[in-house]
Amino acid sequence: MPRLVLLRLLRLATLLIGVSVLAFVLVRNSPIDPVQAYIGADVNITDEQLARLREQWGLDRSPVEQYLAWAGTLVQGDFGTSTLYKAPVLDVMGARFGASLALMGVAWTMSGVLGYLLGVAAAMHRGRLADRVVSWYSYTLSATPTFWLGIVFLVVFSVWLGWFPVGLAGPQGVPATDVTFAQRLHHFVLPALTLSAVGVANIAMHTREKMTDVLNSDYVAFARARGETTAQIFRNHGFRNSVVPATTLQFAYFAELFGGSVLAETVFSYPGLGSTLTEAALGGDVPLLLGIVLVSALFVFTGNLIADVVNAATDPRIRRRA
Amino acid sequence: MSEPILTVSELGVGFVQYAGGLRTRTVTGIAGLDLEVREGEVLAVIGASGSGKTLLAQAILGILPRNADVTGEIRFRGERLTAARRRRTLGREISYIPQSVTNLDPLMPVGRQVRIGLDPRTARQEQRRLFARYDLADEVAGLYPFELSGGMLRRVLFATSVRDTVRLIIADEPTPGLHAEAVAEVLRHLRELAAEGVAVLLITHDILSAAAVAERVAVMNGGRLVTVESASAFTGDGDGLGHPFARDLWRALPQNRFSAGGVEWHW
Repeated sequence: MPRLVLLRLLRLATLLIGVSVLAFVLVRNSPIDPVQAYIGADVNITDEQLARLREQWGLDRSPVEQYLAWAGTLVQGDFGTSTLYKAPVLDVMGARFGASLALMGVAWTMSGVLGYLLGVAAAMHRGRLADRVVSWYSYTLSATPTFWLGIVFLVVFSVWLGWFPVGLAGPQGVPATDVTFAQRLHHFVLPALTLSAVGVANIAMHTREKMTDVLNSDYVAFARARGETTAQIFRNHGFRNSVVPATTLQFAYFAELFGGSVLAETVFSYPGLGSTLTEAALGGDVPLLLGIVLVSALFVFTGNLIADVVNAATDPRIRRRA
Repeated sequence: MSEPILTVSELGVGFVQYAGGLRTRTVTGIAGLDLEVREGEVLAVIGASGSGKTLLAQAILGILPRNADVTGEIRFRGERLTAARRRRTLGREISYIPQSVTNLDPLMPVGRQVRIGLDPRTARQEQRRLFARYDLADEVAGLYPFELSGGMLRRVLFATSVRDTVRLIIADEPTPGLHAEAVAEVLRHLRELAAEGVAVLLITHDILSAAAVAERVAVMNGGRLVTVESASAFTGDGDGLGHPFARDLWRALPQNRFSAGGVEWHW
């Protein structure tokens, strides 16, 4: 067991190093110059000032030196300072993470519960109307890019019907501290719905396949021959055999969830970690970008780790192998 | 004469398949099959793979694939075995001992699988009794199928099928993969059940087992019932066997003449 933990930690460390190096190389080679992005359209700046800024940010040093300097302070727990927000990266991320977490949490729960139920219903009525509706929904939504779905929802629910605001996390011009819970909720619905709709489709499709396998299995045929009713078959065998892979999938789904939230937040200008990531990339804010990349890698790694642990804890064939 | 428990007449099983576009064709699985199993009797059905033995069991139990088309009549204790009647009798009066140990739920302890269908108030007690009868220790009840040996799983499958109310047991290939002693044990268990008055339909491709345990042996080939022979005729050179196909089958066994057959009969 301690060896397993150590192995996992080692894997996490190499993952984070790899991801941060890759992200750094990509940013270095992007056409966006951090200094230009920082000063924007300000023409009153002299070349000398520019050079001093470059020197202060360390942009005159070699890429390797830059990376090592960043990594060195990171190890001491300092993520650096965001050039866009002029605040410590940790503070910027902390403020955004809550909003993203709420969004992903709702989408995750919805897709898990609703997706599982729809998948089960489709498999148990395979070939009939319920199955066709669920399959049609799943295939269509799985083939739909999240940002496009977000735009469709905006057009329909915000512009045409006027039910929901077009974006942001609260009404424009109102200080964040004065925004009421009801207003927050009102702004929260569409991004959450976008993210959930795609998630439900994925989980429903996977559950349908798994449940179909279960229903075609020898043990369900035997259960039928023993006179078990459809309800009994689900209670005795269907749930038991499909909920373990469903749970595993649910945690392994963290990666897609984060990717989806980046797109959904950007479309709705929703101030979460995802939209901040896009901002940081377009604004050449290297410390903030690398910080978010690391946090999201850690997030996905945790999801996969939980999936493994849950799988090992619930499946007797793995649990009792020791 | 004892009461007939299961009467099958003119049974046909066909499969509807799509043959390109919207045209369908029907593939025959079983055709014109008549069969009767009486109280306290073991009737063995033998035949090669694809001869329709398992389809016969599935047709009786109503668990054929959805594209199957069944004709003819199946009667259980004199009454037609309809879907509604199956719901009342399967697991209570009609039991099935399946072919493979994959018929047990991999994620449910075997004790619970034996208790399915038993009266919840007495289920635990009844399951202990069944475990004792089939020589399974009490602790085995809490184990999962993957933790048991093949022989133990067979006995668990027997325990799932034995109920006080059972009148008909259909055993589909209960012996393959077992060593000689375990086979003898399975056959002994089937005989025991018959002695209690249960009608046993044993489906197997093992002629020796069939002849050892059954009173009568039905021989199937290509979805048809070729002949029903007395089990005692499967001895020596098989001269007592009425139908040439049964004789060929018997003489083809390595320990008999090991002959290719097919010389004395033609379809």
